[in-house]
Amino acid sequence: MRMLLIDRRAWEEGLKRAAGDYRLIGPVKEKEFHSFRPLAAGQLPDFAFQNSRLSPKHVIYPQTEPMFTYTLEETREDRHLLREVVRDIPPTAVVGIRPCDAKAFVLVRLNFDTPDVQDPYWLRAYEATTFIGLGCNAPCGSCFCTTAGCGPFHEEGLDLLLAETAEGFTAKVLTAKGEAFARAAGWTKPAPEGTEAALQELARAAEGRITSFVQTEHLKSIPVNDLYHAPFWDEVSFACINCGTCTYSCPTCWCFDIQDETRGKAGVRLKLWDSCMYPLFTLHGSGHNPRGTKLHRVRQRFLHKLKYFVEKYDRGIQCVGCGRCVRLCPVNIDIRRVCNMMNGYAVSGEACAIP
Amino acid sequence: MRNPYQPYPVRIDAVTVETEDRNLKTFRFSFLNPGDEERFSYRAGQFAELSIAGKGEIPIGIASSPTEKGFVMFTVNKVGLVSSHLHSMKAGDVMGIRGPLGNWYPWERMEGKNVVIIGGGFAFTTLRSSIVYMLDPANRGRFGEIHVIYGARTPGMLLYREELAAWERRDDIHMHITVDATQDPAWKYNVGFVPAITEKKAPPAGEDTFAIICGPPIMIKFTLPVLEKLGYPNDRIIMSLENRMKCGIGMCGRCNIGKEFVCKDGPVFTLEQLNRTPREY
Repeated sequence: MRMLLIDRRAWEEGLKRAAGDYRLIGPVKEKEFHSFRPLAAGQLPDFAFQNSRLSPKHVIYPQTEPMFTYTLEETREDRHLLREVVRDIPPTAVVGIRPCDAKAFVLVRLNFDTPDVQDPYWLRAYEATTFIGLGCNAPCGSCFCTTAGCGPFHEEGLDLLLAETAEGFTAKVLTAKGEAFARAAGWTKPAPEGTEAALQELARAAEGRITSFVQTEHLKSIPVNDLYHAPFWDEVSFACINCGTCTYSCPTCWCFDIQDETRGKAGVRLKLWDSCMYPLFTLHGSGHNPRGTKLHRVRQRFLHKLKYFVEKYDRGIQCVGCGRCVRLCPVNIDIRRVCNMMNGYAVSGEACAIP
Repeated sequence: MRNPYQPYPVRIDAVTVETEDRNLKTFRFSFLNPGDEERFSYRAGQFAELSIAGKGEIPIGIASSPTEKGFVMFTVNKVGLVSSHLHSMKAGDVMGIRGPLGNWYPWERMEGKNVVIIGGGFAFTTLRSSIVYMLDPANRGRFGEIHVIYGARTPGMLLYREELAAWERRDDIHMHITVDATQDPAWKYNVGFVPAITEKKAPPAGEDTFAIICGPPIMIKFTLPVLEKLGYPNDRIIMSLENRMKCGIGMCGRCNIGKEFVCKDGPVFTLEQLNRTPREY
């Protein structure tokens, strides 16, 4: 694994150079919060942030994405036929993505890139993108990445990992994509002996600053119907207003809708983020709704992330511990508490929450 | 990369009104592009998304049999936006079909076995596909006795009435057609709900007998205890589920029952599988 040293000047020059080969996306402050946005020429990513308010999942998976266009003009030879929209995706680099958000793409990939069928919209964007991660020196109180299969310097899903230092950055090149980006940026200066050990030390220190945790070890083995019929769902879902904030802010939530929009004779078939919090998500044409109450829907969200996913893929929970849903839920529903209740229920059959 | 959301272009060749309330119509399609029919190779029990530009898509069981060549056939109940629009379309119109999707009835497991098909109302479409498939001369010898218990509210609400009559005349399939009630003096078949007819007519349970059951929830609810009483084991009771779907390929997240997606891991499940799963259907 190659370690590089990037001082402030090399950083700024390098991004300018890389912008010739890549579309750069990075954290930008908009009003009070940071968002991941395309960087204008010469604009630097603003690293004075803990994390973006919403996850950068939209970079790969836009909230609204055209899939097909069509014409209803009866005189046209191709009337009523769907023409695939192939999004022009130049080589893209997300500069300053936090390790939790990069790991989230690895989990979401399990859904969109399966052995027998692939979602070309998601996969093309993912494959065109290089992830330049920024280690998290100061995780916040609602971060619980270290027990959610991730960590403040977790490398999975990253092509290059940056650690901020007084002089600039040290960088760990993790993949060929990361190597190519470093080359494009002209970052060639090898870091001195001991830099990797120093990076490990930084990671350990950051992990030590994580103060909240989830317990997940029993989630896989407990029978699904036991969890489904556990007594705590009424209490867990009581305050929920089914607003969908948790799903829209979540880097690992992938559910979507497909809708046709027609103006005049021209139209487009769209893929749009959807949410299991909404009653329409599962409403049958007959009026029957298998998840007709908010209890059903809240339970679905937690069981999907913390049980169905765990069983289906054996890759841990479908959560990276970024804490966004914890911070943004208007009624303070806390996935950490629910996770610990579920895991604890597996052991004791009781529903006491562990802090 | 093949785009799994891209439908095959098809033309409507024929539209048949199936039921007296005109709420069910059967659509026969042919593929516009050569080779697409082969690419759409399917098994009885699978479904497809019928795709109408500007309206959307609906998941519908394939009513034609893999043994029927040159067309595919779907029977559609008029319910929502897409199905209502489809009901106003006519022969010659162009639209799309995406699939085949999902799994199928366990034909390999059922080889050499007796099969009882229990259907109600308009959920008879993939059952029709299955019957035509099994009765095909190339396949009939691969199955034991075939029983069909099929009920509708009235004689005029039965699907595929001419075929039902033709199957009644055969000696290699036992038909038990029933209606909930009728004033028709010419009605010469059973009168009574599907569960009651099942209790009377279903073949004895055993290792060598499978039941495929497909119908409205109320019919399923009262037929399952009957099958249980008759001694059908849960892994010999085959059901086909419906849930709201969009993608049809296990990605969009809405049709799951537990970790299984009805669209990809189903729609066909054994009762044994369903008993291990949250029943959100």
